[in-house]
Amino acid sequence: MSALVTIMYYAMTAYIAVLLAWNFVKRRKWQDEFLYLIILIPFLLRVFRLK
Amino acid sequence: MKIRKLLFAIAGAALVFLAGRSFRESRNLKEPVVAGPGVTRVVKLSRYFDGIKNGVNDANVYVLEGTKPGGSVLVLGGTHPEEPAGRLAAWILAENGVVERGRLFIVPSANRSASTVTRLGGAYPPDYSIKTPWGEQKFRMGDRWSSPLDQWPDPEVYVHYPSRQELAYVDVRNLNRAWPGRPGGTLTERTCYALIQLIDREKIDIVIDLHEAELQYPVISAIVAHQKGQELAAMASMMISASEGFEIGVEYSPQALRGLSHREIGDHTGAISLLLEAPEPFLDATRGRTDRTLLLTGQDDFIVRAGKRGLLFEKIGADGWPVDKRVGRHTSTILQILEVWSEEKPERAVVISGVPRYKEIIDKTTGAYLRNPAEADPKRTYFE
Repeated sequence: MSALVTIMYYAMTAYIAVLLAWNFVKRRKWQDEFLYLIILIPFLLRVFRLK
Repeated sequence: MKIRKLLFAIAGAALVFLAGRSFRESRNLKEPVVAGPGVTRVVKLSRYFDGIKNGVNDANVYVLEGTKPGGSVLVLGGTHPEEPAGRLAAWILAENGVVERGRLFIVPSANRSASTVTRLGGAYPPDYSIKTPWGEQKFRMGDRWSSPLDQWPDPEVYVHYPSRQELAYVDVRNLNRAWPGRPGGTLTERTCYALIQLIDREKIDIVIDLHEAELQYPVISAIVAHQKGQELAAMASMMISASEGFEIGVEYSPQALRGLSHREIGDHTGAISLLLEAPEPFLDATRGRTDRTLLLTGQDDFIVRAGKRGLLFEKIGADGWPVDKRVGRHTSTILQILEVWSEEKPERAVVISGVPRYKEIIDKTTGAYLRNPAEADPKRTYFE
């Protein structure tokens, strides 16, 4: 059960990271780009299992 | 715009790389222990329970055996690695102690997993260094709880085994809420179970669990004793007050609070269980900047001000609570406990020499008692 929860958790984290990266690419204002970039960093670290 | 986006992406990748490298180095930092002249063998904790074999919590157990028969004592450092005086005192025992009678078992990293992570969102430093005559020795900062990389997910409510007492969810990863553990449980429970097997198989007489506490916590500067060890703790406390240059109180282990070493080891094994608390301002909620300086000096103006308002259970002045004082309290208290025990139970005596006391550590510093791994026999050097 724990393994299943863990897999789902990492899948969700990776999915959100992809959405953030996509938004970063699509934005035109630098403030929005910066915001998405900063938010993306902890998601990437979590996907790479770095705490 | 494309160039700006590219620059942003490069800067973001650099931040991920730098942060990730720091986390990775912190988790994998090797801390050397040079086995002192008294260490007769070093075994893995999985020798007593193979359910943790080759895992992150398969800790080193340093065994110091005397030439004369006697009793057996287990010292646990690193139950909560963010309380560094406990680990450092265990280091000093393993690198300097010589047992003349009986046996001493030392585990400097009782919850090694917890030593590989810092408090999430706590802005803790990843490590700290102790100055020695031969340079600096670096240690992992650690946390109170096992790393979520090793034990996850947490439940909504932690139900302690076997009492079924309901505890805070995060304490499912707290080694000092998981005693006596169970073989099929979580990593933290299996670690406690392995230590219980060690205590049973080696016929340990006394377990001493080394901790530190915030000054706003009422159980501080104390020996917390299971009822089997109340007389021993009281006598050691009196001897310390009379001869060591500091005072330490005695607290009785509450029967209704489950999962703690001073309660469950005493209840589930033949050993007397004692827990030592030294003051660590770094842990106080009202602290200022949370950095290495605060960890090692224990100096913080905000905590001093809290003391002036009567909010603390231990005194603090401008000189704070340096790590040498905290380590020295632990070594002296251990030595006094062993001396009182050996006098009361000569057939189960544990007589040890070579371990510096409170005044010696304050005088020469903790680092003076750490051995240089570069000059040591590689076969006598182990890594935590």
